[in-house]
Amino acid sequence: MLNRWLRNTTLATVLALSPLPVWAQETPKQGGDVLITYKDDIATLDPAVGYDWVNWSMIKSLYSRLMDYTPGTPDLIPSLAETFDVSADGLTYTFKLRKGVKFTNGREVIASDVKYSIERAVNPKTQGPGAGFFGSIKGYEDVSGGRSTTLEGIETPDDATVIFHLSRPDATFLHVLAINFASVVPHEAVEAAGGDFGKKPVGSGTFILKEWTIGQRLVFERNPDYFVKEMPHIDKFTVEVGQEPLVALLRLQKGEVDIAGDGIPPAKFLEIKNSPDGAKMIVDGEQLHTGYVTLNTRIKPFDNVKVRQAVNMAVNKERITRILNGRATAANQPLPPAMPGYDKSFTGYVYDVAKAKALLAEAGFPDGFQTVLYSTNTDPQPRIAQAIQQDLAAIGVKAEVRALAQSNVIAAGGTEGEAPMIWSGGMAWIADFPDPSNFYGPILGCAGAVSGGWNWSWYCNADLDRRAVAADSMSDPAKTIDRAAAWGKIFTDIMADAPWIPVINERRVVAKAARMGGSDKIYVDPTRVINYDAIFVKQ
Amino acid sequence: MLLLVLRRLLQTALILLGVAAITFLLLYALPADPARMIAGRSATAQTVANIRRELGLDQPFPVQFWTYLHGILQGNLGRSYAQKTDVGALIMARLPATLILMAAGIFVEVVLGLILGIIAALRRGGPVDRVVMMASFVGVSAPQFVVALLLLYVFAVTLGWFPMSGFGSAAHVVLPAATLGILGAGWYARMVRSAMIDVLNQDYVRTARAKGLSSARIVLRHALPNALLPIIAMIGIDIGQFMGGVVVVEAVYGWPGIGQLAWQAIQQVDIPIIMGVTLVSALAIVLGNLLADIIAPLIDPRIRAR
Repeated sequence: MLNRWLRNTTLATVLALSPLPVWAQETPKQGGDVLITYKDDIATLDPAVGYDWVNWSMIKSLYSRLMDYTPGTPDLIPSLAETFDVSADGLTYTFKLRKGVKFTNGREVIASDVKYSIERAVNPKTQGPGAGFFGSIKGYEDVSGGRSTTLEGIETPDDATVIFHLSRPDATFLHVLAINFASVVPHEAVEAAGGDFGKKPVGSGTFILKEWTIGQRLVFERNPDYFVKEMPHIDKFTVEVGQEPLVALLRLQKGEVDIAGDGIPPAKFLEIKNSPDGAKMIVDGEQLHTGYVTLNTRIKPFDNVKVRQAVNMAVNKERITRILNGRATAANQPLPPAMPGYDKSFTGYVYDVAKAKALLAEAGFPDGFQTVLYSTNTDPQPRIAQAIQQDLAAIGVKAEVRALAQSNVIAAGGTEGEAPMIWSGGMAWIADFPDPSNFYGPILGCAGAVSGGWNWSWYCNADLDRRAVAADSMSDPAKTIDRAAAWGKIFTDIMADAPWIPVINERRVVAKAARMGGSDKIYVDPTRVINYDAIFVKQ
Repeated sequence: MLLLVLRRLLQTALILLGVAAITFLLLYALPADPARMIAGRSATAQTVANIRRELGLDQPFPVQFWTYLHGILQGNLGRSYAQKTDVGALIMARLPATLILMAAGIFVEVVLGLILGIIAALRRGGPVDRVVMMASFVGVSAPQFVVALLLLYVFAVTLGWFPMSGFGSAAHVVLPAATLGILGAGWYARMVRSAMIDVLNQDYVRTARAKGLSSARIVLRHALPNALLPIIAMIGIDIGQFMGGVVVVEAVYGWPGIGQLAWQAIQQVDIPIIMGVTLVSALAIVLGNLLADIIAPLIDPRIRAR
């Protein structure tokens, strides 16, 4: 026993101290056939509809958009657009399209395709979840309200030019044009698919869907005509679905699978991490994620700010990172560290049981109170909820843990006066795009504090809402740093009211075979999870 | 006979209607809102309301149920909320896999159960009987998930005799069918044993023995057919059970059946898929029982008189 402990700890130390990993010097190779597994079936590959973390990265690769990101970074670059220009008032965006880009059906991509695709994403008939992202385009209300099917704010003077007119300055607009919902699709393919475009996708991205056997596999082949010459690196990737993560891991260890998309089950993590090949298999990347507990400001006693502050001090976040085997770091503010605007100097509420008790007594609850903590029911979330329950018990707060299916927790959170506390694990906020504003509106702003919303603290601060609008109006690229700072201040100021307990920033774990090349950052890409365009096979 | 089948088919239709109504009502009463599950987190309240209206979820319950029934009567199971595709096509794409697994699983459990049951009955009270009954007890009580992983680990990972997961070749079906079969065989072995013991004590068996017939002939020709009746009924029940209840086995072996489809649909509150799979499973249970009722008189003429 001691022997094994010694061997494991020594190995871990050696790993921790080893110099730069080998991949840092690698250059991508062309070619290769990659097998990836997921537990869940792929719901849809329609870019106006698909909105889960598995199909997100596939849709990214099947289609192209005006804007995109440098692989592995949150840095925006023009993609289908060759150049773009923003007017001084931030209300007009003009894009020049690349010439000669073709859909995989052979037709050239023209400006009206861009207009059609965004109108399709906004049109209520599409039943798309992303319509609201385009809210700043002129005429949005008419289309989303069903009074029109064309957006008056999108103008296409010729086949190579798209002009967007906004009804308000929107500093996130370039990010909006890079999200999946802005993917450009050919209208004739959408119409030909007769409502089944999600199963018969046609785009102009790095890959083409060659085969889809329902419930079994999807085969993606490299698009030989993709407009960036060295992209993608692999020739083909096959996605096998319905694979239990534990079995996928065994197959990976046997060399049958190249990437286990669901990562490593919590119960196996330490065993794999400490195995001889473990370090090469585990990709452990920072994602734009914050796990938090919402404190419902409309339910007693959480309407009292002192109570909210007290419970903030009561939670031992380090212990929760240990439950996750170190796959997370403690959080003290809503923004994750990798997000622009994150305030490194902010300390938030430090874990201090005595102080928490004192504050609770000051608020009029010297003996604590009873409450309910909601959580989703898949491992490890109930265990984390129990850890929080124990921490709260230490200051006299008796919380009943209610572990339910995700859909029921979401329903409780969006019902006024229903859920006093919710641990967000399993449905925590991961950014749609790497911009701090994405962490505000739906989850902390007044707009989200409505029936069916995601602001489960039901926190609404009109002053902060005004500052948020002001920050989003700073669309001048020269003001990027000022804008990030303005947003950072909003999130640290919000903590004075303590509508949340920011608990952890969780990292994503993907397991890959030793033959897979490329930096960890393209396997846990901040904007698309696995970046199929950038991964490659070592020869 | 024909009258029986007709009457039972009519009953089947009524049962399916009842199942549909109850399932639909339960899903309607759930606090979870399908529109919000589709809309995700960044959607505005207006987007959610739009989706709800497009799906017809803003309609009162009787209207929603009537619309659904109307579709069913025209052979239309509706469109999946999350996948935006025809539910009938999704189920049809996965049904063959479930049927293959069901057939293979029943084959394994019946063959294994018969052999073990007969052996135990012939060696009644002896050590062989005790070992077989003990083993069948373990088989019946072992959790499917554990048996599945155990078989997978031994025969696929360590020995490499069978593929670890997937669908396509005959080799793929062995481990999932064995998992189902081992668990079911326990039940069958116990039933065959007690039925055989009953029969072996009958006078006609003693007569057969007195005539000097070989013991193989006595068992296979005279005793077994009379012991088979409860087994036939049980196969009928199994058809139904396997249609809906092989979620765990399908999950472990990556078997692309309808159990997997149902499981995922439940997570996403994808009501049309949940309804579709429920109805197909209910249909299978009813038809399985009907099949057993039709076969039983063919084997035992005494039943026909009833």
